[in-house]
Amino acid sequence: MNPAEQLNLYLALGALLFVCGVVCMATKRNAIGVLIGVELVLNGANVNFVAFSRYNPAFEIEGMIFALFVIVMAAGEAAVALAIVLNFYNNHTTVDVDSAEELKG
Amino acid sequence: MELHAFMFWLIALLTGLCALATVITQNIVRSATWLLFTLAGTSGIFFLLGADFVGAIQLLIYVGGTMVLVVFGVMLTAQGPFINMKTSGAEWAISIVAGILLFAVLLFGTWGRFSASTSTPEDPKDSHHAVTIGQVLTGVPYGPFDSPTQVRAHYLLPFEIVSVHLLVVLIGAAYLARAKRRGEEPK
Repeated sequence: MNPAEQLNLYLALGALLFVCGVVCMATKRNAIGVLIGVELVLNGANVNFVAFSRYNPAFEIEGMIFALFVIVMAAGEAAVALAIVLNFYNNHTTVDVDSAEELKG
Repeated sequence: MELHAFMFWLIALLTGLCALATVITQNIVRSATWLLFTLAGTSGIFFLLGADFVGAIQLLIYVGGTMVLVVFGVMLTAQGPFINMKTSGAEWAISIVAGILLFAVLLFGTWGRFSASTSTPEDPKDSHHAVTIGQVLTGVPYGPFDSPTQVRAHYLLPFEIVSVHLLVVLIGAAYLARAKRRGEEPK
C-alpha cells in the first residue's frame, strides 16, 4: 500500500467513528448515551488529526498538538456534561432527554 | 509494510465493531463498556500512526479519566427504567438511513482527495515527537532555522488558554454538581 491509500483507510475509520457518534447522539434517550456519542465524534476527529500529522509533513507536529487539545477539551466537556446530567437527575429523577422540555418555546 | 497493513486492519476492525456495538446496544452500562474498548482501540491506531505520545495521553486521560467519569455518571443515575431505554423502530430506521448517507458523504469527500507522503521515520525509536511537542507547548518555536518558506511557530498561548479553560471547567463542574439541601436558599 502506498501512503495515499493508507491515508484513505485512516480517514474512512475516522468517518466511521464520527457517523457512529452522530447516530448514537440521535438515537439514545439516556443523557449519558448522548454524552457517549459526543466522545465518539471527538475520537473520529482525533483519528483524522493524527492521520494527517503522519501523512502530511506540513502538519507533522500540528496534528498531534490539536489532537492533544481535543482530548483536553473532551475531558472538560465530559466533566461539565456529567455535572449537568446529575443536576437534572436530582431535580427531575430521570435522565430521559425527552423530558427536558422547560425551555421549549 | 505488510505488517503495518495487517495491524491496521486488525485494530481498525476491532475499533469499528466496538463503535457500532456502542451505538446498537440498548443497555447504557454495556454502551459505556463498548466505548471503553473503542477508546483503547483508537489509542492503538495512534500508536500505529507513530504518534506514541498522543496514544499514551489518550490511554491516560480518555480511558483512565473520562471513562471513570462516564461510569460514575452511569452508576449514579442507573436506576431501574433508565438502564434500558428503548428507541422506537421508526427512529432507528431514520437514524440508520441518515447515518449511512452521512458516511457516504464523508467517504466521497475524503477518499482519494489528499496526496500523502511519509517523511517521518518508520522506526519509532528515530522519532522525537514527545520532545518536540513539549518544546512547542512551552514556547520554543518549531521548524528549521534556515528555511524561509516554513513558518516557525509555537503553541504557548493555546496551551495557556486550554489550561485556564480546564480550571474554569472544573470549578464550574464542582459548583454545578455540589449537593444542595432542598428548601434552602442558595447563598
